[in-house]
Amino acid sequence: MIKFEHISKRFGSLEVLKDVTQQVNQNEIVSLIGPSGSGKSTLLRCMNLLEVPSSGRILFKGEDITAKGVNINIHRQKMGMVFQHFNVFPNMTVEKNITIAPVNLKKMNKEQAHNRAMELLDRVGLRDKADVKPVKLSGGQKQRLAIVRAMAMEPEVMLFDEPTSALDPEMVGEVLEVIKDLAKSGMTMMIVTHEMGFAREISDRVLFMNNGVIAESGTPEKIFENPDNERLKEFLSKVL
Amino acid sequence: MAENILRVLNEYSGLFIQGIGYTLLLAFIAVTCGTILGTFVALLKMSSNVVLSFIGTSYIELFRNTPLLLQLYIFMFLLPEIGINLSPFAAVSVGLVLNTTAYISEIIRSGIQSVDHGQTEAARSLGLSHVQTLRMVVLPQAMRNILPALANEFVTDIKETSLASTFFVGDLMTTYRTVNGATFLTLEPLFIAGVIYFVLSFTLSKLVAYLERRLRA
Repeated sequence: MIKFEHISKRFGSLEVLKDVTQQVNQNEIVSLIGPSGSGKSTLLRCMNLLEVPSSGRILFKGEDITAKGVNINIHRQKMGMVFQHFNVFPNMTVEKNITIAPVNLKKMNKEQAHNRAMELLDRVGLRDKADVKPVKLSGGQKQRLAIVRAMAMEPEVMLFDEPTSALDPEMVGEVLEVIKDLAKSGMTMMIVTHEMGFAREISDRVLFMNNGVIAESGTPEKIFENPDNERLKEFLSKVL
Repeated sequence: MAENILRVLNEYSGLFIQGIGYTLLLAFIAVTCGTILGTFVALLKMSSNVVLSFIGTSYIELFRNTPLLLQLYIFMFLLPEIGINLSPFAAVSVGLVLNTTAYISEIIRSGIQSVDHGQTEAARSLGLSHVQTLRMVVLPQAMRNILPALANEFVTDIKETSLASTFFVGDLMTTYRTVNGATFLTLEPLFIAGVIYFVLSFTLSKLVAYLERRLRA
């Protein structure tokens, strides 16, 4: 579904991604793990071109979205993204957060969007919060809102950038539950995470990144029980 | 002196009230139109297009680094020259608006930059365009941050409009000049105008400070 071909990304003289080639298949759940600064988030953010790769191509359903003249907005509508810091819109009610994109991008009319929003809020237990502003929500509630906001566009793939890293420990569970539910529905997902137990449980494939390259990739069993890469062994010994 | 002040107040209070009206009107026009135009100039300056950004920056620097009075003179004489015949009040308004636009655009730019970049990223990740993101997500949040600064700009403009009296447009300093011409009194009408300016500016800036605290709370 998504192919990265020889992706490099430089910030000034710093090379964050070095010639990464990888793909994510339909219905596959891929987790990206690795030390801070290894390029996980940058790779994820390249997928919807929040970071533009310095070189290389990204193919989304066969189309080169890094090509000149491509309207990235069209593709982004099919790729939901969830951020570490939630980034819910504080100037809108919970419901408006969800309906703003589908209504303004002419994907749904107001009534359809409202119904969809309510259905989604129901699924994550926030229906009674529909009319409040996000400032009244806890971190975990904000992140659940951010997830359904992305879901409202009916994306074909979901990108998660450390979705639980900014949460109080006791709120991590509720957010992971929502992501797990999503996984069961067959959503294609790419997740940057430091929650190793979660990555192991949910993923079809785990990629270990270090120093801008994918140092090892494989099934969760392989990565967590029988790693080959020395740096991965060291990493796991510290985080597990 | 006190006697003269009372006499001036007695005879010309209508004129002073009219002066307050024009002064407030000019400041209001400058700030409202300046906010609309200033938003565009701020966006120009922040544009990734080098030419647009240069135009925005040049506009701001030009108007901020020359005196307002000189700008007003230029508009007064330039507009008829290029075939636009406006009343002195309208011409002065244009000058004030264009000047205030430069200052307000910098307020708006800092307001936009104060909005967390994550907001933009979230909106763009949903597929919203750059313009939709600005209009629906960034600007509403920026406006909240800059309302106090805009209100202060209004207070500043109340004082700045005194320069407009050079062209006899009816503002508070024009009132002074009219009274001065009619009575040959100088200090008395000046004191009255001064007290009015002070009361207007002082009250409004305290009000702004109060509202700002309320907004933060």
